[in-house]
Amino acid sequence: MSWIDIGHIDDIPLRGARLVKTHMGCLAVFRTGEAEVFAASDSCPHRGGPLSEGIVHDRKVTCPLHNMVFSLETGEAQGADEGRIETFAARVEQGRILLDGTLIAARGAA
Amino acid sequence: MTRLVVIGAGMASGRVLEHLFEAAPEKFDVTLFNAEPRGNYNRIMLSPVLSGEKSYAEIVTHDDAWYGAHGVTCRFGERVTGIDRDRKVVIGEKGEVVYDKLIVATGSNPFIIPFPGHDLPGVVAYRDLEDTNAMIEAAGTPGASAVVIGGGLLGLEAAAGLRLRGMDVTVLHNVGHLMDRQLDETAGYLLKKDLEKRGIGVITRAATKAIEGDGRVERVVLEDGTSLPADIVVMAVGIRPAAQLGHAAGLEMGRAIKVDAQMRTSDPDIFAVGECVEFDGALFGLVAPLYDQAKVLARTLLGEEDAFRMRELSTKLKVTGCDLFSAGDFAEGEEREDIVFRDPARGIYKRLVIEGDRLVGAVMYGDTADSNWFFGLIKDATDIDEMRDTLIFGPAFQGGGAAAADPMAAVAALPDDAEICGCNGICKGDILKSIAGGAHTLDAVRAQTKASASCGTCSGLVEQVLAITLGDGFQMPTEKPVCTCTELTHEDVRRLIKAKELKSQPAVWQELGWKTPNGCHVCRPAINFYLLADWPLDYLDDPQSRFVNERNHANIQKDGTYSVMPRMWGGITTPDELRAIADAADKFGVPTVKVTGGQRIDLLGVRKEDLPAIWADLNDAGMVSGHAYTKGLRTVKTCVGSDWCRFGTQDSTGLGIKLEKILWGSWTPHKVKLGVSGCPRNCAEATCKDVGIICVDSGYEIGVAGAAGMDLKETELLAKATSEEEAIALVIAFVQLYRENAKYLDRAYKWVAKVGLDWVREQIVDDAENRARLVDRFEVSQSVYRKDPWAEHAKPKPAQRFHLLADLTQEAAE
Repeated sequence: MSWIDIGHIDDIPLRGARLVKTHMGCLAVFRTGEAEVFAASDSCPHRGGPLSEGIVHDRKVTCPLHNMVFSLETGEAQGADEGRIETFAARVEQGRILLDGTLIAARGAA
Repeated sequence: MTRLVVIGAGMASGRVLEHLFEAAPEKFDVTLFNAEPRGNYNRIMLSPVLSGEKSYAEIVTHDDAWYGAHGVTCRFGERVTGIDRDRKVVIGEKGEVVYDKLIVATGSNPFIIPFPGHDLPGVVAYRDLEDTNAMIEAAGTPGASAVVIGGGLLGLEAAAGLRLRGMDVTVLHNVGHLMDRQLDETAGYLLKKDLEKRGIGVITRAATKAIEGDGRVERVVLEDGTSLPADIVVMAVGIRPAAQLGHAAGLEMGRAIKVDAQMRTSDPDIFAVGECVEFDGALFGLVAPLYDQAKVLARTLLGEEDAFRMRELSTKLKVTGCDLFSAGDFAEGEEREDIVFRDPARGIYKRLVIEGDRLVGAVMYGDTADSNWFFGLIKDATDIDEMRDTLIFGPAFQGGGAAAADPMAAVAALPDDAEICGCNGICKGDILKSIAGGAHTLDAVRAQTKASASCGTCSGLVEQVLAITLGDGFQMPTEKPVCTCTELTHEDVRRLIKAKELKSQPAVWQELGWKTPNGCHVCRPAINFYLLADWPLDYLDDPQSRFVNERNHANIQKDGTYSVMPRMWGGITTPDELRAIADAADKFGVPTVKVTGGQRIDLLGVRKEDLPAIWADLNDAGMVSGHAYTKGLRTVKTCVGSDWCRFGTQDSTGLGIKLEKILWGSWTPHKVKLGVSGCPRNCAEATCKDVGIICVDSGYEIGVAGAAGMDLKETELLAKATSEEEAIALVIAFVQLYRENAKYLDRAYKWVAKVGLDWVREQIVDDAENRARLVDRFEVSQSVYRKDPWAEHAKPKPAQRFHLLADLTQEAAE
């Protein structure tokens, strides 16, 4: 797997998120810990709420529109809600945030 | 029969005689000397006599009939001049008496500081009935003044009694805080405040220079030149053991007559008891150990074995309305840890001093409901390790793991005289009575007993009493925890944040045992608010714990765009501002421009990445954030006011603008909207706001707790102010009280319904000092938060986060 460097870990506030634009649409990169990030779809399957604007807690995010909670590890909705968001490989190495390189290559497939 | 002579008819010797007559009625032939011309009375009840709550007759312990029935030869009003130990006689002014056993119970003398003028008529101590009567007599003159020298237990009781009798009273205390032997600084401060509320002047660090007067006391002069008029001066600076007889008789002396654990002096036939003794280096002044001594001495005289041991002492002040308690040792030390609980709004202070796993000291002020329980822990040296975290909340929160999980058991275990409602002094027994009388709901109990009717914090306890008593007959309103991260309620969390001085979110999570690593979307915004409201200077606001609108300083719309609403102070704008708004709307392609109900203009449909730029443009035109997206001060709606309206009174529009400029930027538990109308026609619709002011010719009618959202509710009159300054102070104090006490997301009307408007009035209308303190605390908070977040976020670096982190569509695919 090839990794793309998209920025420094401190470009995202702790328990915050930033958006990355791809050919597949915008995805959100969540910072859940000092050196822990997750990448997932920015769009809530419920009403399309911007997940990157939600409150990040543990390894989860709460949609700002109607409080659906998603696991950033599995993408599964938590609790009684049903639904799933797409997740993408992401990691932190020496302070840099790395995303799955196929996200760029996806242009060909798109 | 044993010839027993007793010198001194005080509380200690009186108790000895009671024990003796009870155990062996025929064994002792007693002669009782007393310098005062009367027998034994309850000296500690002189305060109620002074205040007029009791008469002397009510505090007599032993009357003539009692002495007669026990064959006591009373020699009252006669001084004892000496003891001849060789001949075993006591020498009285009117003759000698032979003894087999002798008890010296001469008590103590008040300590008189030899200031110039200390011997003027009108300078009294506070020791006996004569002193008390002198004070009562002085208070008989209308408008008379008293100065009490000494801010200890006795001095304050004297001051309170004199005040109740209508005198102007000033207490002089030479140390920095009152009752410095029993209280620490904070409790001393609260006591001073309460006394001042009762009209008693208190001067601490007072250096008395002289007592002056022509043939009689007229004034007290301090070193700094202050002159206090005084018709009577009460010197209550301490006591000294009255032990001269022992000294003259050659008994072994320390600072008083030395006794062993059987209360025997160095002469085996002479005993001593009470304030004139020294045991193990200690002197005595409070009644509890004197009674212990009396019991031991009686048993010794009866030939039984017993030994006096010193116990921990506790103090309560017998001044109505000043609830204080002190016990044990509360000096700070290296090995010692403090647990402090402060509730400035309610004037409550509790401090526990812990050494190792033991509670060694306790000071409480304002709420002493649990004092006996704490005192028990100190006396018994109970291991408190397990309950350390919740110790300060008292027995209701304890009982090991089981009772902590089952607070009902703890409440069930409370005795009937346990105080449930500290504000109104309602005991469990009172509540049980009202339940038995048919009060089966919290409201009914509240209406009948006043329990939980004031600050409301004991509502939970009252409900538990109801639940225990009625069983299934009572539907317990479930007090909900904040969220699934914790078992604690909002009220618990707010209290613990203050009590444990938790100043960061990690501190809250750690210290309060959060079940999740860092909370959730429910608790995080609440905790963030509580922390910034309670510790404005210590806590740094966390944008990641805020809902999107407050983080982005704009309201998110259903399509993911935002609305932008600049502030229009009091709904007043200018052509320049309007032009700037129009220009911004054009420049950023704003699809909808809306005039709002809060008298400003909303620009709807702004893209997130455009926010910093549109803010910058509006800032350039002199406008700031309207905070239309916050749980904070929103708008202050006004009418056209007296400048234009023929009905207008006061400068209502000006007041609205002033209020908005003072309050803007402040965070509150929920949004806060104000209205100011210039007359009762109420064009600003002030009567459905969180705070609404109606200006009238005579002043300002300040209403609070209105609502016009999910619920519709008219404001209730908080107070009528006569000046604009007073109106502003009342509004600020109300907002600050709300900030400090309400549950997050409770609008003001919901909060007021919980605590009661009466309580709110007590805090900010009746208590001007508390009002001023609330205003001060609000200003401290505003020194941090009264600024434009748009200007902050429009700066290049913070503005970055409104843009993409990366754009991978620009990267070349490999």
